Amino acid sequence: MGVLDPLVELLRGLWITLKSAGEKPVTFQYPEEKRPVRPRFRGRHVLKRYDNGLEKCIGCSLCAAACPADAIFVEAAENTDEKRFSPGERYASTYEINMLRCIYCGFCEDACPTEAIILGDNYELSFTDRRSAIYTKDMLLEPVPATAMLTPQKVESGEFPRSVPEMEDPKD
Amino acid sequence: MISDWTLWLEWFIKALVLTLALLVGFILLTWYERRALARIQTRIGPNRAGPFGLLQPIADAIKLVFKEELTPAKAYKFIFFLAPILTVVPSIVIAAVVPLGRSINLFGREINLYLADINVGVLYFMSIAAIAVYGIVLAGWSSNSKYAMLGGLRSTAQMISYELALGISLIPVILLSNSMRMIDIVEQQGALWFVVIQPVGALIFWIATLAEVNRAPFDMPEAEQELTAGYHSEYSGMKFALFFMAEYQKMIVICAVMAVFFFGGYLGPGVDQYPLLGPVYMFLKIFVLLFAMIWVRATWPRLRYDRLMEFGWKVLVPLSLAIVFITATGILLVDELKNPALIWTIPAASVVVGLIPVVAIFRALRRLSYGRA
Repeated sequence: MGVLDPLVELLRGLWITLKSAGEKPVTFQYPEEKRPVRPRFRGRHVLKRYDNGLEKCIGCSLCAAACPADAIFVEAAENTDEKRFSPGERYASTYEINMLRCIYCGFCEDACPTEAIILGDNYELSFTDRRSAIYTKDMLLEPVPATAMLTPQKVESGEFPRSVPEMEDPKD
Repeated sequence: MISDWTLWLEWFIKALVLTLALLVGFILLTWYERRALARIQTRIGPNRAGPFGLLQPIADAIKLVFKEELTPAKAYKFIFFLAPILTVVPSIVIAAVVPLGRSINLFGREINLYLADINVGVLYFMSIAAIAVYGIVLAGWSSNSKYAMLGGLRSTAQMISYELALGISLIPVILLSNSMRMIDIVEQQGALWFVVIQPVGALIFWIATLAEVNRAPFDMPEAEQELTAGYHSEYSGMKFALFFMAEYQKMIVICAVMAVFFFGGYLGPGVDQYPLLGPVYMFLKIFVLLFAMIWVRATWPRLRYDRLMEFGWKVLVPLSLAIVFITATGILLVDELKNPALIWTIPAASVVVGLIPVVAIFRALRRLSYGRA
């Protein structure tokens, strides 16, 4: 430590800031340029489907029970073989999430027995009034690759005998 | 009594141009500062409104104009209203004595590129700069808010301590140019800028002006983290915009004055043939000096208040007095011994004297065990 340090250190600070002015800005030009989210990012919810197009949600309301913010409302109805929405006994006839209440904690994801609700990567939620903050089932439901796979589907009787579809243990 | 109406017209137009130039300068400076700060912080800064974000200040202005104007219930209404005006007016009026160039021929008449040629321009600058603090103090007091009051008080204390060093650091300039006219001061720097002859004086002037315009690291009166916004905590809308405007216009004017006193004002290569180059050189010098102000703001943290006062009274004032003594002695040596080379004793002695406080600060820091030892 030299005697001239009070001056030298000041000038060193100036030099560091001047050097950083030459660096490439780290800014993302947001609407045009988006940064991919992290693998475990919790964004807007997505209601998943099976490969055959049936909804994974069986309307059990466990997500609504787990929700600490009481943001989820589920109403279940019976499946029939004529109009089948999910492989289980029942399906969610109404599924609403109030995005003003949701805190994106992911408890619904954990509570779901069929891995039907997933917090996705969409963080660009916007609404201008309270009513449009409520996301309904058709907004949350994942799209299907072909129109033939849309729910409700007409299936053979006895194809889905279980009240709750068979599940493997979650892997991640 | 001046009966020539064209002279009145010329004055009026020049005053109008000067005021508008300051207004535009203020608008551009806010953009310039934000962009420069952003670059130093490896960001981009405002770039959405208009090309390169140049219209961003316009958007800000529109926002401020349409904002609600609040007056605190127990504020002293009249002074609360008056304070922003009192702050803005000096910042514009100061610019009157700043020479932007020599004279040009326009429509067959000689037009001087300065508004007022006062033979005590330096004094004028000092006195108007001192008036500017009134608006701030009155704003702080009339808001009837503790934060604003503290900001106003800090501003007063700071102004008083640094005004002294500011004034004394100008004496070498007056001694060297043998005049208080701004134009004489500029013309004297044809061979050598005063910053070369008196570097420490320029540094003191620079530090004191930073304190004078409440810029970082001396922005104690409006320290966001401590006083929310200091003296203008209670102001909003257009009144706040006036404070904002005053601060930035003062920055511009102070940089212009700095250029005049120490950096050769409008002088530069080719200015003798083309007097119109004068304002261009002036602009370039102001631009660079403004960058220095922004650069300092981006680099150094705010001083603690007691240290700010200590630095003002115990370092800057004695140092500036020593500089005056050295400059006077150097000029005397040149005159008595008839040897112009002796002018170089002034910068040499000044730098040596300037290093004394650095050593003193080092020892003080070590004594207080703030040093890393």
